[in-house]
Amino acid sequence: MVLFKTSTKIIQQVEDFFGNVEQGALTFKRGVLNYLDNNRSGFRDNIESIVVFERKADDIRRSVESNLYQRSLLPQHRGDILKLIDSIDDIVDMSKEILFQFDVENPTIPEELHSDYRKLTSVTVSSIENLMHVARLFFTEPSKVRDAVHRVYSCEKEADKLALKIKRNVFSGNLNIDLSEKFHLRYFTLHIENLSDLTEDVADLLNIMAIKRIV
Amino acid sequence: MINRCELFWLFLSGGLLLGVSLGANDAANVFGSAVGTRMLSFRRAAVIASLFVIAGAVIMGEGTSGTIGSLGITVDIINAFVISISAGISIFLMTFINVPVSTSQAVVGAIVGSNIYYGYSTNYTELTSIVISWVTSPVLGAIVAVLLLLIVKYIIRRTRIHLIKLDVILRNLLIVAGAFGAYSLGANNIANVVGVFIPVADIYDIGFLSDTGIPKHYMILLAGGIAIAVGIIFLSKRLMQTVGHNLMPLTPESALVVVLSHSIVLFLFSSVWLRDIVHSIGMPWFPMVPVSSSQVIIGAIVGLSILKRANEINTKRLGVIFSGWIISPPLAAILVYILLRLNQLVF
Repeated sequence: MVLFKTSTKIIQQVEDFFGNVEQGALTFKRGVLNYLDNNRSGFRDNIESIVVFERKADDIRRSVESNLYQRSLLPQHRGDILKLIDSIDDIVDMSKEILFQFDVENPTIPEELHSDYRKLTSVTVSSIENLMHVARLFFTEPSKVRDAVHRVYSCEKEADKLALKIKRNVFSGNLNIDLSEKFHLRYFTLHIENLSDLTEDVADLLNIMAIKRIV
Repeated sequence: MINRCELFWLFLSGGLLLGVSLGANDAANVFGSAVGTRMLSFRRAAVIASLFVIAGAVIMGEGTSGTIGSLGITVDIINAFVISISAGISIFLMTFINVPVSTSQAVVGAIVGSNIYYGYSTNYTELTSIVISWVTSPVLGAIVAVLLLLIVKYIIRRTRIHLIKLDVILRNLLIVAGAFGAYSLGANNIANVVGVFIPVADIYDIGFLSDTGIPKHYMILLAGGIAIAVGIIFLSKRLMQTVGHNLMPLTPESALVVVLSHSIVLFLFSSVWLRDIVHSIGMPWFPMVPVSSSQVIIGAIVGLSILKRANEINTKRLGVIFSGWIISPPLAAILVYILLRLNQLVF
């Protein structure tokens, strides 16, 4: 009976964790868009919010980890699940770091690139949202993970294309900016691109975990 | 001067030692998957297994014990003792070279060896049904395991149960299946432990609770059940923690299916009540014979590996196990012959 109660509690925590990551991803998107729109107060609010989401995700992760070990739950899947939660937690951490980098380094982004940056951010956040859907499926319908994971891969590919396009535009010579600014823009493109790469890595992990569950 | 009661218990100790060995080895078939996958602690598993193995031996052990008793003529209690000791030694020798063997096969081999020595005819009808059961029980184990896994997978898929909740449910089901398995193990394999002693017990005063009016064979079944429990509690820990990984890695769902298949098959070969019901409607049923717990488990695992088209099964190990099944009955028969010959020469 105690184990049933504990399992219900952990299921709720895992659901809260995923919800928190989704909220963090949306806040990241709003933050980048507010930065591009030069809405400084909105951007500050987004930074404050993402710090809260990141901290909450860390707290839930620790609690899930200790509960799984203390109650000896999921002995066969525990290692994989903890790795999964750690990796997903890295997504929120990285989102927060990128917003902080925008805040600290204050990159100058030419108007001509705004549209592509918006698209890159949106497609990266879509990748995170799809990843959370796959993560939920792993726990309830592992046989559907294999198909669902392709949506994450497709978003990641789209993000790669957009990032390459931005980098080509930056270095094409059509923009009247210094070489140092070009490097700066390349790094910010790379930061967002890395975020979508991370979702691809977690999707790979989920795919393998699902196969292990099905076989 | 040793009295007849003490003499009985002295010789019964041969069977009881076999019971301890059976508990040490076969309890792992029942709770090994749960303990090996760390879903259940050894202490909890040992307590549940011990209680249910004793219950199975006393409540349902009569059917298979009767079959073992009627396989041949047990001349006297010394003969019964030699049969048990020979079966025990052959198990020890095979285990020493790391080949798992079936207690049922060793005991049957020893009874046949004893019949040959004394020139008594073996009851070939019973022997044939026992030997057929050695082939049918693992096959049945495989079929039941495949069907159960398909059902379990279907239920899990349909209910979309959360992995964490599923873990808790499987953990509880493993305890229930393990208890059922221990009950069936006691009911079916008690015949290997004390089956040869029951026909010769009538002429002995067994002392233990003899004034209560409870039939002697129940006391012997109880003693055998306790011997198996002692083996489980004191000697099964290491094997219980490693079984399940030797032949093929098992998921918790597969572990549950393997234990449940084992329990069902052993129950089918032990339940006189079920047999009588099926016979009453004119249908054929399984003979009441002690089958090998390990053989059923291995059959179930092989069945699952075929279903999953898994390449993870250790075929080399499987070959060694098969060779053990073929060697152990003649080995026990030869040993009993040698020991009875020595007994004749010395005494």
